[in-house]
Amino acid sequence: MTTSRRDFLSAAVTAAGAALTPELHHTHDHEHQAVPSDLALRVKALESLLVEKGLVDRAALDTLIDAYEHKIGPRNGAHVVARAWADPAYKQRLLTNADAAIAELGYGGMQGEHMVVVENTPKVHNMIVCTLCSCYPWPVLGLPPVWYKSAPYRSRSVIDPRGVLRAFGLDLPADVAVRVWDRTAGWRYLVLPERPAGTAQLGEEQLAALVTRDSMVGVGKVAPPQVGVSA
Amino acid sequence: MNGVHDMGGMHGMGPIQKEKNELALHENWEWRVFALRRAMGAWGKWNIDVTRHEVELVPPAEYLRMGYSERQFAAFLVLLPKRGFITPEELEAGKPAPGYHVATPALTVEKAATLIAKGVPANRDVPVAPRFQAGQRVRARNINPVGHTRLPRYARGKLGVIHRDHGVFVFPDTNAHFLGEKPQHVYSVRFGSRELWGQQAAPQDSIYLDLWDDYLDSA
Repeated sequence: MTTSRRDFLSAAVTAAGAALTPELHHTHDHEHQAVPSDLALRVKALESLLVEKGLVDRAALDTLIDAYEHKIGPRNGAHVVARAWADPAYKQRLLTNADAAIAELGYGGMQGEHMVVVENTPKVHNMIVCTLCSCYPWPVLGLPPVWYKSAPYRSRSVIDPRGVLRAFGLDLPADVAVRVWDRTAGWRYLVLPERPAGTAQLGEEQLAALVTRDSMVGVGKVAPPQVGVSA
Repeated sequence: MNGVHDMGGMHGMGPIQKEKNELALHENWEWRVFALRRAMGAWGKWNIDVTRHEVELVPPAEYLRMGYSERQFAAFLVLLPKRGFITPEELEAGKPAPGYHVATPALTVEKAATLIAKGVPANRDVPVAPRFQAGQRVRARNINPVGHTRLPRYARGKLGVIHRDHGVFVFPDTNAHFLGEKPQHVYSVRFGSRELWGQQAAPQDSIYLDLWDDYLDSA
């Protein structure tokens, strides 16, 4: 046991500066990703060492993981968006003091300590990127998807935002101004997408069900409800 | 530092690949790295700017080859001995050195819940005068520090307009090197896409960056 753990961590030291594993292949079927099991074992060995030294508490690790794997995700943001669509006064508060308005619905915290909400309109399209790392508004969107953290999205969004949007299936006309928010500081941004047509009769919960993660990052629009599909 | 992490505007990184099932982290070990980094961060021996810079120091070829979590893990393995939590020998052996001290974990379940709910705000309630006001024209400084900075290369030397004053925040360029927080105003600054990228950009498009006082001159 000790021997095997030694092997794993020796290799882990190498990981800091040298080649270890083939790049993850972010294919459309992630089941086939070449995730190195030895990396998993190295992480496990490090965790054991840190636990043994009393530096980390496994229960606290589990609390963190459970929160971001199961509880905090884009449904929170969808709730915020739906409320803003349904309640003009709330929308006003959201656009002028996002922290307080988001806290009204019970959201806030790590990587969303300072929030700004930017509104999409028929003439303005906002999108969010973090070119330098992977800043993302966790309390309202959860942790970012792989593409958001990837070099293609980070490199291209600022120089060719319209091309990026086309890659996401959104071809914006020339009379729409694109605003790209590159997250360099402590502020985290959420896009308030346009409310789709045909939703006048919908309640807040039904509206929230329409709102996608991509629309709140600004790489998509919210599609109108599908005709003939009952809620 | 002018590292590969500062990739805004670079070409050749390939197509954006969406997945059918877009999980934030796919593998269990990635979640463990995610949580371990926060649990060790609770000791207060580093800050977010330190950890970001450590990731930037991952050699460029490695940085691009690695996925997000592997990169974070590599930086974490460098940071742990650097800040005295484990010795290189312990890392090598995979077990504590003989006669090691057993600490009491900094991050308890209760503190983890507080961290999730409150986060780690980077604003500072100190009276620092803003150097700029909304509507003012500014030029991002042409700086090329070897250390950490949050001023992307693509904006350096470019003209912008102050869109909004965000208030006073910790300055990453010093904070990442344990040289103090140097609190100062951060502004949302609007740059026309053509100012940044030339005629190929759409004239009506713009890029907004959050920039500190020390990154800007009036123009």
